Amino acid sequence: MRTRTRALAFLPVLAATALALAACGSSTPDGDTTPGGADTAAGSQVSGEITIYAAASLKAAFDEIADAFQTANPDVTIAPIDYDGSSTLVTQIQGGAAVDVFASADQANMQKLVDAKLATGDTPLFATNTLVIAVPEGNPKGIASLADLADPSLKVVLCAEGVPCGTASHKLLDLDSVSLTPVSEEQNVTAVLTKVESGEADAGMVYGTDAAGAAAQVDAIVPENADQVVNQYPITVLDGAKNSAAAQAFVAFVTGAEGQAILAKYGFGKP
Amino acid sequence: MRARRRPVAIPLWVTVPAVVALAFLVLPLAALAGKADWATIGESITSQASLQALWLSIWTATLATIICAVIGLPLASFIASLGRRWAAVLRAVATIPLLLPPMVGGVALLYLLGRNGWLGKPFAGWGWQIPFTSGAVVVAEVFVALPFLVLTAESAIRGLDRELVDAASSMGASSWQTFRWVTLPIAGPAVAAGLTLTFARAMGEFGATALFAGNAQGVTRTMPLAIYTAFNGAGVEQADAIALSLLLFVVALAVLIVARGWRVDAVR
Repeated sequence: MRTRTRALAFLPVLAATALALAACGSSTPDGDTTPGGADTAAGSQVSGEITIYAAASLKAAFDEIADAFQTANPDVTIAPIDYDGSSTLVTQIQGGAAVDVFASADQANMQKLVDAKLATGDTPLFATNTLVIAVPEGNPKGIASLADLADPSLKVVLCAEGVPCGTASHKLLDLDSVSLTPVSEEQNVTAVLTKVESGEADAGMVYGTDAAGAAAQVDAIVPENADQVVNQYPITVLDGAKNSAAAQAFVAFVTGAEGQAILAKYGFGKP
Repeated sequence: MRARRRPVAIPLWVTVPAVVALAFLVLPLAALAGKADWATIGESITSQASLQALWLSIWTATLATIICAVIGLPLASFIASLGRRWAAVLRAVATIPLLLPPMVGGVALLYLLGRNGWLGKPFAGWGWQIPFTSGAVVVAEVFVALPFLVLTAESAIRGLDRELVDAASSMGASSWQTFRWVTLPIAGPAVAAGLTLTFARAMGEFGATALFAGNAQGVTRTMPLAIYTAFNGAGVEQADAIALSLLLFVVALAVLIVARGWRVDAVR
């Protein structure tokens, strides 16, 4: 029975491969922080490395803020910022991710960290955002309002409930008395935008800032009552921060004049 | 037939890393079980969202396994019939999806079958759209699981005793009859094991599904996507994610037990 032995001998290799592949699901940047921020006595001069988790919708603005912050504080290194749905980031922080600063796209997700005693410091608001309907460029389906999205032949993508953009989307749909069945519920706003950009979805609900950042591929329609559902963005230095001096400096930078100017440039509202 | 094998003798120190390896496999699952809230686990598992995800996973994985068998076994036989060099080339082709992160498969499927894809565009012209449907889930599962079947079955068929096959044809059996009555029965157990792996891989598929099929309850939200969604705090609770994970664990265990090819004594 040589065949059987040989064939089955191959199985453990396959099984191991399957496990290895299955393991590649999620990733977090290594939370390697240098203890340079310990000498807070240096005052305004901060140093060392900080790790930042920020809501997906903040990507363009925070990349620029990080550059500006590093120019102003050349001794600080900012690890590549991890952008994802705020709810996903909260799960990772609760799981022990070594993070110094967290910027959320809504207060509900920040509150989870406050309740878990992982963020007992200040959680200042630094920006606001409202929703738009993003459609592929030229609006091929002629969508003009949220009510149009209820058409079952349209492929509409939303953020999942619990993700800030999803919570806001459902609130706005309720406000406009529209009920619809999305073809997909995504874990962050960027995934919604991508599905509209690629033309796979006919429409998606994203933040105004996301649509503005992708103006070449998508058109934005401001739905009725959009100004009634405003997401407030809080930011905080986490209790587990390894470099809280530099982290505080970064938060101050975001809430300060320079950070606010950059956020305004990308279309975020004042808190 | 050869003599019953005796267990391999190993140096004593080998047991230390061996125990570490075993702990590495068992402890995470024990921790998962330990985290479960047994008071509410029944509720979590029997919630409508959970049952929908379970049912979706089962029928898509079953269909994907059938499709893999229907197209994968012929490919395996074809590769086994080739000379060494061409077989190596085709085997490599069949292995690539196995080595790629499934996410890449999802992106690739989107560019083939998406609305603006090579095939997706003409399909859309006939009003036939694949992304965001349960069909897309099956397609993604076939893509990631097919290599498991092709590689195991090819290895089994290649290892067949040539003399049996030759004897069948010399006695006048057609190539189909030889395949049906000689090749398949002998390679059967290994093929069954391959099918089991294929099914398990399809049940566990996440990356390609998330990118290509989307994430909508009852349509494309399979167990892994439901777990991911629940764990990230969107929709349901993390307790539900744990309950669903345990349920998937039990399903995997059941598959293992049902599949006779996996019996310990089958290896001898």
